[in-house]
Amino acid sequence: MSEMETGVPVPVAEHDEAASSAHAASRLDPNAKPVLTVENMRMYFPVKANGLIRRTVGHVQAVDGVSFQVPEGGSLGLVGESGCGKSTTGRLIARLLEPTGGSIEFQGRDIAHLSARELMPLRREIQMIFQDPATSLNPRHTVGAIVGAPLEIHKVVPKDKIIPRVQELLEVVGLNPEHYNRYPHEFSGGQRQRIGIARALTLQPRLLVADEPVSALDVSIQAQVINLLQDVQREFGIGFLFIAHDLAIVRHFCPEVAVMYLGKIVEVADRETLYNHPHHPYTQALLSAVPDVKQAAIGGRRERIRLEGDVPSPILPPSGCRFRTRCQYAQEICAKVEPPLLQIGPRHKVACHFAGELGQHPTTPVTMEVCGVDEHGSPVEGAAPEIQLNRPDFADRWLDLKTGQTTGA
Amino acid sequence: MSFLSVRDLVVHFKTVDGVVKATEGLSYELERGKTLGIVGESGSGKSVSSSAILGLHRGTNALVSGEILLDGVDLLKINDESIRRKRGREVAMIFQDPLSAMHPYYTVGNQIAEAYRVHNDVSKKQARARTIEMLERVGIPQPDRRIDDYPHQFSGGMRQRAMIAMALINDPGLVIADEPTTALDVTVQAQILDLLQDLQREFNSAIIIITHDLGVVAEMADDVLVMYAGRAVEYGPTKEILVHPEMPYTWGLLSSVPDVVGDTDAKLIPIRGNPPSLLTPPSGCPFHPRCDHRDKVPGDLCRTTLPDLTPARAGGDHTKRCHIANPDEVYATEVLPEIAPLFEEQA
Repeated sequence: MSEMETGVPVPVAEHDEAASSAHAASRLDPNAKPVLTVENMRMYFPVKANGLIRRTVGHVQAVDGVSFQVPEGGSLGLVGESGCGKSTTGRLIARLLEPTGGSIEFQGRDIAHLSARELMPLRREIQMIFQDPATSLNPRHTVGAIVGAPLEIHKVVPKDKIIPRVQELLEVVGLNPEHYNRYPHEFSGGQRQRIGIARALTLQPRLLVADEPVSALDVSIQAQVINLLQDVQREFGIGFLFIAHDLAIVRHFCPEVAVMYLGKIVEVADRETLYNHPHHPYTQALLSAVPDVKQAAIGGRRERIRLEGDVPSPILPPSGCRFRTRCQYAQEICAKVEPPLLQIGPRHKVACHFAGELGQHPTTPVTMEVCGVDEHGSPVEGAAPEIQLNRPDFADRWLDLKTGQTTGA
Repeated sequence: MSFLSVRDLVVHFKTVDGVVKATEGLSYELERGKTLGIVGESGSGKSVSSSAILGLHRGTNALVSGEILLDGVDLLKINDESIRRKRGREVAMIFQDPLSAMHPYYTVGNQIAEAYRVHNDVSKKQARARTIEMLERVGIPQPDRRIDDYPHQFSGGMRQRAMIAMALINDPGLVIADEPTTALDVTVQAQILDLLQDLQREFNSAIIIITHDLGVVAEMADDVLVMYAGRAVEYGPTKEILVHPEMPYTWGLLSSVPDVVGDTDAKLIPIRGNPPSLLTPPSGCPFHPRCDHRDKVPGDLCRTTLPDLTPARAGGDHTKRCHIANPDEVYATEVLPEIAPLFEEQA
């Protein structure tokens, strides 16, 4: 912690500087070491029966086998609709919850099942920013107490140095350092979110889980906070798991994005690929549903893919592919075989038997060979399936959908 | 004469801290079958001005003045009983959060049927049949069974559909949708917006859609009214305003929202500072403390004088409130290149 004792980083955010050229999204560095590797992580919440003996009658499969990596100093976006398990994923990584299964490797160490005592030092490394700044700050504590609490708990600086350090942090996030003795209600929504960010930065974490950090804010304030997060990330080299339902914000912030549906990752890719050439029918539908100012302004309007109905219950998810009940391409195989998260490009994985660009979905499953099944999803005798459902990183070789051959870089 | 015509609407609230000037001199027109989008941040007066149409400020500490002419009748002049008869029948409202807008103790069907029975002399049975018909129309599966469900048994999207059924059951001429999709996921939002458009075609109603999402406005609205600090700052046809905005606040709204297409390196240019307090709104142009372009206006004009709503330079049926002499040129040369290279190519 020499950095912290010797001095504080220079203030980076000057929020009155409207059009500063400094703000920029982090770039995708394929060779960056991962700060976080999640493998086959699952979280099942038990559903209890009513009555005296509250026996467990089922499980909400909130997160069911997700694997991904967050590069050091980079950001991974996690998008999906409400109930898809993205927030649970964030909470598992911050270890506010203990996963039912799988591993969470943080800086080379599996933290999935550490005890509260063992987690203590880890809390300094992984911090969280919450959605609603009005409810995530204690209304009876001053900003100084809120931002200073982590310093006191972890005994990072002597007691008399806490206030000066808090003031420095407030300055970093673009607040007036003199306001450390005010209460949260005296600040506006955007300012409160800055306080939340200051609190998360207090211990100089390596990984920040940002769960819908701007969705409670007004549009004009959202951009201020996004720019601040980008500055903070670049300045301190923090890895971000950026959870949001707003596809445009995620695209702006994250060079790599994973799409979740009903507890599973259905597609993950670098942002250019995901937004311009999505291969999963769900990603395509999600993107087509976003109203687009700029298209509408020039008279154009993207054809919308209508998704009928609602997301099925995570207590009894559909067999095979979980999206099949709402998918217009679904066939027999989709009900029988769960599609593996198949790598189809250097940084692109998709979990669909009929993966393809919009309007170019193949008629025969692309996954037959990998899963060792025929086109109806029945196992082929003697086939050697090589399903790797849960590989968190990207391989050097992948299946080229155009040729049907495995190729490499 | 327009179907709905709001003139010089003023809504003030007397509070212990002073008078909150929630809406100041707001005027707009709306025809049947057309949609008006009202855009602005929280506290810009967009909801307050619209609930004035329904007479929801009666009996509160609000002072409402001006004219709200619906089919030629001034809704501010008629008595409580008359406005009560119009509520739900001629003007209906769809609220943002259907969970808190519906009563948790009553079934969904009960609440929808009530809206119908209040205004029509029908039996319970007839009302129930009509409710089932309406639920089916808004796309709720198995409406004859779901009618007896409670609001918490519906998903968010279905609740909003039920709200729409409730609002439209009396075939009102004017529907006010206050952030109808803000609480919903994008795919559900798309469903609801499609539904609203279908129903509008079917019933030929006028819709006011209140939102902070320019994307929703772009898809839904024929006209846009941009509000800031209780005032209209830009008003006109949607396409005109999105392609040729002439008010720096509208520029700010456009440049601070990222997009799902176009340049990934495009910068977000936030509007600096915070929305003003309506207790003590800024002098002159209410936007001047946050405006990046006020140095283009000679002297202290922005700080001292409120600009009038004047016709936009680009023409069209489009007015704006700004002192800058050549806003169209400023936008084209300074703002547009910064925010959206894609915009230029295709426009």
